[in-house]
Parts: sequence; C-alpha cells; structure tokens
Amino acid sequence: MSAREVLLRVAGLRTWFPIRKGLFRRTVGHVRAVDGVDFEIRRGETLALVGESGCGKTTVGRSLLRLVEPTAGQIWFDGVDLARLSRAALRPYRRAIQIVFQDPLASLDPRMRVRDAIAEGMETFSIGATDRERTERVAALLERVQLDPRQMWRYPHEFSGGQRQRICIARALAVEPLLLVCDEATSALDVSIQAQILNLLQRLQDELGLTYLFIAHDLGLVRYLADRVSVMYVGQIVEEGDTERIFTDPRHPYTRALLAAVPSVDPAQRGVSARLSGDVPSPSAPPSGCRFHARCPDVFDRCPVEEPASFPVADGVSRCFLSDPRGPGGSAASPARS
Amino acid sequence: MTTDPVLEVRDLVTTFPAESGRAAVVDGISLRIAPREVLALVGESGCGKSVTALSILRLVPKPGRVESGRITLAGRDVRALPVSEMRAVRGAVAAMIFQEPMTSLNPVQAVGAQVVEAIRLHEKVSAAAARARCVELFGRVGIPDADARFESYPHQLSGGLKQRVMIAMALSMQPKLLIADEPTTALDVTIQAQILDLLREIRDRFGTAILLISHNLGVVNELADRIAVMYAGQVAEEGTREDLLANPRHPYTQRLLASIPSRTRRGEPLAEIPGVVPSPGEWPAGCRFTTRCHRAFEPCAENVPCATQISDTHRAYCHAVAREEEGAT
Repeated sequence: MSAREVLLRVAGLRTWFPIRKGLFRRTVGHVRAVDGVDFEIRRGETLALVGESGCGKTTVGRSLLRLVEPTAGQIWFDGVDLARLSRAALRPYRRAIQIVFQDPLASLDPRMRVRDAIAEGMETFSIGATDRERTERVAALLERVQLDPRQMWRYPHEFSGGQRQRICIARALAVEPLLLVCDEATSALDVSIQAQILNLLQRLQDELGLTYLFIAHDLGLVRYLADRVSVMYVGQIVEEGDTERIFTDPRHPYTRALLAAVPSVDPAQRGVSARLSGDVPSPSAPPSGCRFHARCPDVFDRCPVEEPASFPVADGVSRCFLSDPRGPGGSAASPARS
Repeated sequence: MTTDPVLEVRDLVTTFPAESGRAAVVDGISLRIAPREVLALVGESGCGKSVTALSILRLVPKPGRVESGRITLAGRDVRALPVSEMRAVRGAVAAMIFQEPMTSLNPVQAVGAQVVEAIRLHEKVSAAAARARCVELFGRVGIPDADARFESYPHQLSGGLKQRVMIAMALSMQPKLLIADEPTTALDVTIQAQILDLLREIRDRFGTAILLISHNLGVVNELADRIAVMYAGQVAEEGTREDLLANPRHPYTQRLLASIPSRTRRGEPLAEIPGVVPSPGEWPAGCRFTTRCHRAFEPCAENVPCATQISDTHRAYCHAVAREEEGAT
C-alpha cells in the first residue's frame, strides 16, 4: 500500500432528510440516508462506494460538496472541515471537488453551446483572463477528452451519450479539481462505450494525478478500477478494504452475499446464488441492532439487540460481530464502541 | 431428437420511417426456439433486439411495421392471424415482461385486480376463481404474504416485487414462450439473483421457452442455452452459450466481451469499439460492422457477409471468419 497523504477524510457523516406530515408540516421522522459514515481517500487513489439502490451512496457524494446539507459529521478536505465552512468560504472547495453524474443529458443545459458549458466554471472561478484564452483552454480540454475541438460550438443534443459524458468530464476538469466524484458515470452507457470512458478516466488520473470517488453498483467495474472499496448498507459502511481483498476474502456477510449475486461472464461459471431473501430495509426505520440482521444468513442472538462497531480487519473494517476481535460473542463488560 | 419449435422467425424485416423512405430496424432476422430452451438476444442499444421481440407479438408501435418474413408461434402463422385471435395468442401462447415493471402496471389499480383482469380476458372463470388463481400465482412466483399483496398498489411494492407481479401475470395463461426484455436491468444484483432463480424454475417446472433480451452478458450466461448477437438489425453471430462466450469469432462479439471490465485484468486498458452504432439508414452497404471493425479488409465495405458455419451449432456472418475457416479446411 502506498503511504500517500490523505486528501479527504469523512468522519461520522450523517445526512438525514426530514419526513414532514400534516397541515403544519411537522417533522414526524427522518430518512437516515447517510447514518454515520467514515472513510478516507488518499491522493491519486480511487475509492469505490458500492451498494444497492437506496443505501445512501449517492447522498454521500452530494454531501461532500454540500449539494445536500449534512446533519452531522466532519468532511476534512486538504486539512479543512468543509462541513463547518460558511457558503462563501466553501466556494474554493467547490472548485476542488467536481462531480460527474450518470445522465449527461440532464446535467448539460440544452440551450448552452459546449464551449460555454465548459467555460462557465472557469468564469465563475476567474480562470483565464479573457474569453479568447478560455476558448483556447476549452479546445485543449476537448482534445484531452478526445473530442474534436471544432465541435465546441455545437449543442449537447448533437452528441452521442458517450460524447456527452466526455463533455461533462471536460467541464469538470476545466476548474482543475483535485477530487472527482463519479456518480454512476458510466451506468447508462453500453459496455463498449463504457470502456472508452473508463479508459479515459484512467488516463486522466495518470496524467493529472486526480483522486476519484467512484459511486457504482457494477462490482465488475469496481474490481477492475478501484484501489479501495467501501460497501454501504442502509446508510452505513459495513465493510471497507483493499479491492483485491474485498473480492477474494470478504468478511461481512452482506459483502459476501453481494459478491455471490454477481453473475459471471465466464461460461464455465454459472449459477449465482440468491443468498438474500427480501428487500433492503427502509432507511426511515432502520432495523435494530445490526441493520443487516433480518436478511443475514449468519445471524445470531447478539445481532438484533446490539449495534456492531466498525471492527478492524486486515486492511480495513467490518461492521459485523463475526469480525469482533474479542470473538463473535463479544464481552458484556466492555460493549462495542461505534 | 427434433421437436417442433415454439417460435420460428424467418427473414423478419421491420421498418420505421427515416429521412429517406423507410429504414429496416430489423433486417432479415431468423430465430428458432425449442420448448424449454432459452435463447438470448444480445447487443448494444439500437441494434434491434426489442423491435424483434415486439414484432413477434405484433406489438410494434406505429409508424413502425413488419414488412416481410414469417413468424410461427406454436404452429400458428402470427402475421396471418385476425386481430381477435392474435389477442388470444398474446398471453396464452407467448407473454412478455419488460424492464420497467412500474410503467407496465396500472398505478391506480390494485395489482391483484390487474392479474384477475388478465386471467378473465382469456378465460371464462368467476371472479372468485380468478382471484384464487392469482393468489396461487403470487405464491408461486415468491411474493410473500400473497393474500395481502393482492390488494397492494404498484407504488407500495419494491422493484423486485413488481417484477414478480409482472411475471405472475405473464404466467397466468401458462404460455409456451416467455419474452423477457431486460427483465433484471432495473433491479439490484441481489434481487436480480432472485429473479434469475425464478425464471430458471419456471422453465424447469413448466417447460416454458424463454426469449431473453439483455445487454448484460452475465445475466445471459446465467440463463441462456443459445445466444444470438445482434448488430445493426442483423444477427452477427450465433451459437451455444459456450460457443459464444468461450470461443467468440465475430470481431464484434470479441470486442464486446473484451470491453467488459470483469474480463479484463487491472491495469490493462479495456477493449474499445470506436464510435457508436450507426443509425438505421446510415448502415454500410456490406458488413454493417465495417466502420467500427478492427479486422475489416477489402470485401467488407462492399459485400454482405454470408453465414460461415464454424460448427454444427456455431455460425458467424463475417468475411474475416470466412477466410479463417477456408484456411482451416
């Protein structure tokens, strides 16, 4: 493992959304979309945040940029806690962290030419002295993402899905970010087009030393791309570690079930097992104890009553009593700390 | 052993209006599915997979239309059937499930009532009998608490449960062929695994043949007996699951497989297919993959490739493969 410095450290992040009811819109409960998340990303590294829909992975990405306001927790970026900054003080960090979304058509203004879409951020952050200089930079950025710079005067609808995603990447790069959050950035693309975008992202990381937070549900992609993986379940990270270890020696029963469900494309391997029955519980009423206990094949008496801490394992953590260093039964005298 | 196929499609052509005249979105597709067999149609978006499926059930939305070809479903000539009989064939002989169960279910009617309606459309049974059958079907497709779920509205069900309701509805008439168009694409992997189990069970217990349409080759590997790879409205390569996944011969199939991250070693670049599938009407005169093919040579742009038989079960439509096979014999 590299000993590169930590660029982003998230501690105890909570993002709850109020559920309002009645005439006076009283708050009657909360959707605990993100409920106590810790992770860190080192410079130049790719961390993948994986999990099923509704697990909170997208909300984590948005909370980092405070596109949604976190309820509690710290977001240490480059030594500063973004969660505590005022709107004005946050601005320079909005430049340092950029996000690429799943649907490029929805994130590009259809009435804005590609040149203006890419240059908009430069104007906001006073990059480039003149319009002309910015246009030159746009041309260079388009080349960098392998688009023809002569197409900069066209509109988004004139491009294919893969090309539009390249435009979104160029727009993100225009403000020279340190961290790029890719939220299912290739999920809507055909596999051959996805390959083009993933190759591009890898090359950009090598050339520019970018740090990536990859929010994805495609585990094959994650294994291929990520250095480290965090697995989320109902608002919490249940396991984290080096990619190869997570895939070859998963410790948390949820990680195991998730990996077992991924169908292989190897004709000699067939028969994924549906180890889990039922659906993901609602984040507005997370189960007591371990949030996975009702679906867990390895559940035992401690699971429904006590909430497991993030126990250290190998190169990461596992939020499961089976990973408790004092043994699965734990110790009644010193309850697990979360 | 030869059995009569459940479905036989010969030289199917389905067109849509284009800038100049009509463009064949499906252009000469031939398929055959035996009872209990799962045939997967794979390919990128826009290759004509879904239009092929809709053509089989005569559900192609206007202004599209089936231009020519023969479609035989359980011995019946689909294109010659009167509308009323076609309605009976849909559901009773061949039923279809879609990617988005939410858009296929009526949001303002309880799901049980929708299944009952489907049953009573085909059969003269009492409401009570239809209800009993619906609850039994719900149980069979693994909907927990089937009696209570009968009264649920679609929005009260998870994506996995909605897809189970769709499958229950599709099975209500015990069709011989189930057409499943991206049945798990909108679902999470753990739910996808449950639906794959269910589809396998349906095939094994009722001998239902399945036409599976998917761009996910992992799902295809799980379920398919045979695979047909489509490109630009035509079949590029077809064979058994092992033929196609272990020994792909068409450059398109090869690149498609090589672009999958889980088949690529870390640190090595993924195989790319340059450009995008050309739109119908802009297809090259010869082999339609020519413009994106890394192995194209002089006959490809001009001449349409014929089938090259690689084995009894495996064939590809490619000049490069034809040359290789000639060299081998």
